[in-house]
Amino acid sequence: MKKIEAIIKPFKLEDVKDALAEAGITGMTVSEVKGYGRQQGHSELYRGAEYVVDFLPKVKLEVIVKAADVEMVTQKIVEAARTGKIGDGKIFVSDVEKAIRIRTGEEDEEAI
Amino acid sequence: MKKWLLALPLLPAMAFADELNSGDTAWMLVATAFVMLMTPAGLALFYGGLTRSKNVLNTMGMSLAAYAVGTLVWVVAGYSIAFGDGDFIGTGKLMLSGISSDTLSGTIPELLFVAFQGTFAAITVAIASGSMIERVKFSTFVIFAALWILAVYAPVTHWAWGGGETLNFGEIDFAGGTVVHINAGVAGFVVAMILGRRKDYEKAAIKPFSPIFVVLGAMLLWFGWFGFNAGSEVAADGTAASAFLVTNVAASLGVIGWVVGEWIVFKKPTLVGGASGAVAGLVAITPASGTAGVGGAIIIGLVGGFLGFLAVSKIKKLFKVDDSLDAFWVHGLVGIWGSIATALFIADYAMPENYHMGAQIVSQLEAVGLTVVYSGIMTAVIYFISSALTGGGRVDEETETIGLDESVHGERALNL
Repeated sequence: MKKIEAIIKPFKLEDVKDALAEAGITGMTVSEVKGYGRQQGHSELYRGAEYVVDFLPKVKLEVIVKAADVEMVTQKIVEAARTGKIGDGKIFVSDVEKAIRIRTGEEDEEAI
Repeated sequence: MKKWLLALPLLPAMAFADELNSGDTAWMLVATAFVMLMTPAGLALFYGGLTRSKNVLNTMGMSLAAYAVGTLVWVVAGYSIAFGDGDFIGTGKLMLSGISSDTLSGTIPELLFVAFQGTFAAITVAIASGSMIERVKFSTFVIFAALWILAVYAPVTHWAWGGGETLNFGEIDFAGGTVVHINAGVAGFVVAMILGRRKDYEKAAIKPFSPIFVVLGAMLLWFGWFGFNAGSEVAADGTAASAFLVTNVAASLGVIGWVVGEWIVFKKPTLVGGASGAVAGLVAITPASGTAGVGGAIIIGLVGGFLGFLAVSKIKKLFKVDDSLDAFWVHGLVGIWGSIATALFIADYAMPENYHMGAQIVSQLEAVGLTVVYSGIMTAVIYFISSALTGGGRVDEETETIGLDESVHGERALNL
């Protein structure tokens, strides 16, 4: 199993969700986060003083998928979240050792 | 009335003082109310909006306190020092003694003149508060405001307007370029220098609470300034009308001067800059409002706005003083420009006979110099007294970090 973490622009969340639903992904966790990458935030001006606002609002989406689905799912996310402009976000993939569904006690691929 | 007016040129000038004019009185009642609005509403919102959210109430409270305390000390002794008889300081009108509802000042009741001038005293010390916010003790400021009006504002007013001859250099200061703006700017700067910088100055982002408040406050100041400048004629006449018009023109050009400066240097015109530019334009025209024509007002306002921008964004950085809300840069420095510009731009109708521009510039500079030196030294003395009476003039580090609203006043600007 793999965990796919995607950090995307907030207004792209609906598109990504729809794309993943189409691909048969049944669940995900979404959090509102703040951060910056190469974009380096933006600046605000007040009375001649420039303040750099480092952290921009983003959405972090976490999905656990079967190892075989990683390519397909990440591709879907990239397609749905891309605007082509700076600040579109990033995707990280990592290993997941175990998964348990609390209600039934099912484990691993059964549980996701 | 008409016949009496026609006979006027034959009478000595003081004959004016003998008869109440209800038109003048009506206008001055209104003008006084205009100027009142500038401090606890206009300046409070302007300064409150520029302050960080944890100190908004403290900042607005300083304007309100300046107005309340200023009004008290003005009627008790300030008016006597400013407009009583005497050379260096005035005397004889403590608690407004000898003034009744029948006493006149020019063509209006003297009590109304007391009220009008009292609003000037209050706003002057309130302007100075902008330099010391976010770290001065509220108690220190309240005592400072009272003493400062008596020992600095009132004497400077006496020299410029109240009949003190030795220290009057023949400067033209129609509505308070030296008396109000340079005086307040220098006082604020001196206190800011003694208090030291705020903990976060040049270390963390000090963002204004609300640019919306800033604009609203500046526009209320603009509105009140009509009473301030056009009211300084103390009559409802052509000069008052001219002062009204040039005030409006200079403020508009101040907006343009500041915003164009930002647009060129930072590539972004800001609303906080526009509001600040209006104030700078108003400051610049204040001493010249009774003498400048529209052409002069355009240049005075434009340069005033641009100079304010340049001062706050560039010149200020060369100094290590944390003048929090730029009282010196917007009121003091731009006020000095206005005072010099007063000699440069005199409309034909206001041109005195045998006017010599060079001599007038020297007079203006002498008055500016006197104000800077006197206000600078006396402000330091008064601050040290106020500080000693309140066990130090600066809040402790924890209070400064938490913010003065909660720790000093037990209130918060927004309860969401």
